[in-house]
Amino acid sequence: MRNFFRVAWLVMRKDLKVESRSWEMVSTTLFFSVSCVLVFSFAFVREGRPIEGAAAGILWIAVAFSGTLALGPTFERERYHDALRGLLLAPVERSAIFAGKLLGIVLLMTLVEFVVVLLVALLFQAPFIANVLWIGALLILGNFGFAAVGTLFAAMLVRTRSRAVLLPILLYPIVLPALIAGVMGTLAVIQTEPNFDLARFWMSLLLFFDVIFATLALWTFEPVMTE
Amino acid sequence: MSLSTFDFNELTVSRVSRHYGRRRALDCVSITLRSGELVGLLGPNGAGKSTLLGLIATLIRPSSGSVAYGGRPASETSAALRSKLGFLSHDLQLYTELTARENLEFFAELYGLEDPRECAVRALKLAGLESRGDDLVQGFSRGMCQRLALERVLLHEPRLILLDEPFTGLDEAAGRTLVERLRALKADGRMVLLATHDLEAVEGLLDRIVILRKGRLVELTDVGASLRHSYRAELSRLNQP
Repeated sequence: MRNFFRVAWLVMRKDLKVESRSWEMVSTTLFFSVSCVLVFSFAFVREGRPIEGAAAGILWIAVAFSGTLALGPTFERERYHDALRGLLLAPVERSAIFAGKLLGIVLLMTLVEFVVVLLVALLFQAPFIANVLWIGALLILGNFGFAAVGTLFAAMLVRTRSRAVLLPILLYPIVLPALIAGVMGTLAVIQTEPNFDLARFWMSLLLFFDVIFATLALWTFEPVMTE
Repeated sequence: MSLSTFDFNELTVSRVSRHYGRRRALDCVSITLRSGELVGLLGPNGAGKSTLLGLIATLIRPSSGSVAYGGRPASETSAALRSKLGFLSHDLQLYTELTARENLEFFAELYGLEDPRECAVRALKLAGLESRGDDLVQGFSRGMCQRLALERVLLHEPRLILLDEPFTGLDEAAGRTLVERLRALKADGRMVLLATHDLEAVEGLLDRIVILRKGRLVELTDVGASLRHSYRAELSRLNQP
């Protein structure tokens, strides 16, 4: 088990180091998310008053789209020079490689969402800061589930030619329950009279989603990566 | 099985076939390698050399037949077996956004080697890249990448070394150094299976030569004065209906 976490840490650290050399993923996802929120703010804020509940939907749309953008390059980098083969040949549990890739994506998505949350809170007058722990927990759980499914699909599609098209087609139908749970949980927290029991229910659903799909992904990664 | 205890002295590929849909990449291939043997795998493009190497490296599953490492199938050994394998494919398996040293240290850590820094220093020296260790790999020439990739593959001192076109991009001096490195590996009891088109470079180096053509493997038994000449003659014979 210790070796599993050691390998996951090594892979994550390597991914973050590679990202820190180009900031390719962070800059792309950040620019996209900020643009998305800005465009929505023009449509959904009238005379300084946002449409009720719009903030929750926009926050999670930004999460879903920017997350998809982040997933592409993760395995694209491994494909370049066939570095993925080098990883797969290492005498380590292949599920630990998956875990490392997953943690790297979750970390980068969280970094981008930090800015997005502040921007949505500002433009849509959403009480995110007042409920920072609830929003943070919902986002981390949502990120994890989204990235678990996305990382597995990105790995599966790494050798296919039309991976950019196929990834969202495969990903969105499966992560839709997590996105809906995220939106509903956020709505329950930011409404005028917050309903924390309801938020807890949606959070439990997100946790359930995370456990199921993370387990499935860890279990299937090895057969998926062996031709 | 513990990573440190597993070892083997023989590789046996028995009647292995591999199909991709209707295309047959390997057709009932059998070959045996023993410790201290350096075997050349020759053949025209698309003959199935990379498939065979990938299959021995456990990255591809055979459609039929078996591969055994010291009598044990890959499924019985998994991670322990991979700690004894080194595979340099045509693609170099390096991260171009990392420096040469970072690449080596990352893989040394992944293989659980003691003192990854020292391993990286030693590998850089063997690759002749001591002065470029802290440069990003994306600034390297193909030959430099090739030298670095080879040392990365040999970091953990694998028992079985699979090399796919290791002479690509190397200049004359680097080619000679590689030949010496291969001789040293052979003397050290490693098994080396080497796929190459660079026949002049491996002249006199190989213990045995096998030719893969249209997925079938034949041994080149009679090597005359020139390996290229013998290879061409054997290919023409195989091409005859």
